[in-house]
Amino acid sequence: MSSNDSIKKTLIVAFSLCIVCSVIVSTAVVMLKPIQEVNKTLDRKRNILAAAGMLVEGESVDEQFAQIQTRVVDLTTGKFADDAVNVDRYDQRKAAKDPAQSAELTADEDLAKISRREKYALIYIVQNPQGDIEKIILPIRGYGLWSTLHGFIALESDANTIAGLGFYEHGETPGLGGEVDNPRWKASWPGKLVYRDGEVQVGLIKGAVDASAASAAWEIDGLAGATLTSKGVTNLVHFWLGEDGFEPFLNNLRDGEA
Amino acid sequence: MTAIKETLTGPIFKNNPIALQILGICSALAVTSSLQVTLVMCVALTVVTAFSGMFISSIRNQIPGSIRIIVQMVIIASLVIVVDQFLKAYAFTISKQLSVFVGLIITNCIVMGRAEAFAMKNPPLASFMDGIGNGLGYSVVLISVAVIRELFGSGKLMGFEILPLVTEGGWYVPNGMLLLPPSAFFLIGGFIWVLRSVRTEQVEEPEFKLAKHTPVGEGV
Repeated sequence: MSSNDSIKKTLIVAFSLCIVCSVIVSTAVVMLKPIQEVNKTLDRKRNILAAAGMLVEGESVDEQFAQIQTRVVDLTTGKFADDAVNVDRYDQRKAAKDPAQSAELTADEDLAKISRREKYALIYIVQNPQGDIEKIILPIRGYGLWSTLHGFIALESDANTIAGLGFYEHGETPGLGGEVDNPRWKASWPGKLVYRDGEVQVGLIKGAVDASAASAAWEIDGLAGATLTSKGVTNLVHFWLGEDGFEPFLNNLRDGEA
Repeated sequence: MTAIKETLTGPIFKNNPIALQILGICSALAVTSSLQVTLVMCVALTVVTAFSGMFISSIRNQIPGSIRIIVQMVIIASLVIVVDQFLKAYAFTISKQLSVFVGLIITNCIVMGRAEAFAMKNPPLASFMDGIGNGLGYSVVLISVAVIRELFGSGKLMGFEILPLVTEGGWYVPNGMLLLPPSAFFLIGGFIWVLRSVRTEQVEEPEFKLAKHTPVGEGV
C-alpha cells in the first residue's frame, strides 16, 4: 500500500483517471448532442403550437410547425429586422443575458422583474394561404413567486384578442402557482382582450370573473392560493405587451408599417 | 453465491440506505411528487451506484489513500454526466422535470457512502451487486412515497387519473400538502416506523434516558 501513496503514483493515478473520465464524458456529450438538439427544437415548436392552441397530439410537430413563420422583431423600433440575427441560431434567452445584445431595465420599466431585455425577439406568425396574418405568437417571461416563468402568448390578427397562453418552464409551487399549467385555467384566456383605450388592461383578478361585469373581457380568473404567481403573470403580460415590450411592434403591425 | 445474493437483497429492507442509514434524503423529498419522474430518478441512481461501485472497486488497489475521495468523486461525477446526457437525449420531458436533481446524484450520500464503505474493500462483481441492491433499497422507499404523494396529492398515478378531482368535476378533494416537499418527511418517517416495528433489531439503543422529574421541594 505504501507504494500507492508515493507522489509519483498519486500523480499517475490522478492524471490517467482524468484522461479516461474526460474521454468518456466528452464522447457521450458529442455523440448524443444531435439527438438532444432535435429534442430541444421539437420541444420549442411544441410549446409554440400549444400556446397558439394549434397543437394536435399524435401528429408530427414538424409538419404542424410548417405553417408557422419565424420572424425577428427589433423591440426598440417595433419593426421586423429579419437580417439582424440568424433565426436558426439566435438564442433569445442567452441574448437577454448578454450585455452586447440586451439593455438593462430601470426599476420603473421592469414590471416583469427580468432586469435585462434583449434587443431582438423571435416571434412566430401563422398565415393563411392568402398570406394574411392569422395569429401572432410572442415569447413572454417574468418572475412569479419562486421562479421566472417562460412562455408564449398568442394573439389573433387584430393584435388585441388573445388566442392562447402557455408557460413551458417555471418552478412555481405544484398545485398552487403551478396551476398556470392547468388546461382549464389556460382555456379561460382565448377570446379575452389585451388593450383598452390603448393601455394594457388584461390581468388576473382575485377570485373568479363575473361574466356580466363590463370589464369581464379584460379579466382572467386568479389562481387560488397563488396571489404572487397571479400578480407575476399579470405583470409579465403587461410588460411584454406594453411599451417596453411588443406594443410598438403590434401598433406598427396594425397600421401595416412593420 | 449466497454472499452476492445477500449484498443484493440486504439493502432492500434489512439495511435500507434511506430508512436505516438515513442517506439520500434530499432527492427523496424533491423528486417524489410524481411517480414517473421518481422511477427515472431511481433507475438513474441505481445505475450510477452500481457502475461507480464496479469501477472504483476494479481500481481500488491502485488508488492512493491520500486522494481516494477525489478519485471516487471523479468517477461518480463522470457517470452522472453520462447518465444526464442520456436522459436529455432519450427522455427529454422527464429530464426537464428532474432538472438539477440528476446532477445532484453526484452529491447523493448513498453513492459516495457505498463507494467508500463497500467498493474500496470488495471485488468488482460484489460492488456492482451492492450498488444495485442499495439502488433498489432507495427505490423501494422513493416509489412508495411517490405513490402516496401523487395518488392523494393530485389524484393521479403515472399521470393517469385515478381519483377524479373536485376541480375537474369529480369528488376527490386533493391534499395539497402532499405535493410539497415536507410531506415526504412524514411519509419517510412513517416508513421507518413501520419498518422498525416489524424488524425490531433495527431500533437503536437510546443514547440516554430521560431522568425523572425532581419531586417538588427537593431541588429548592
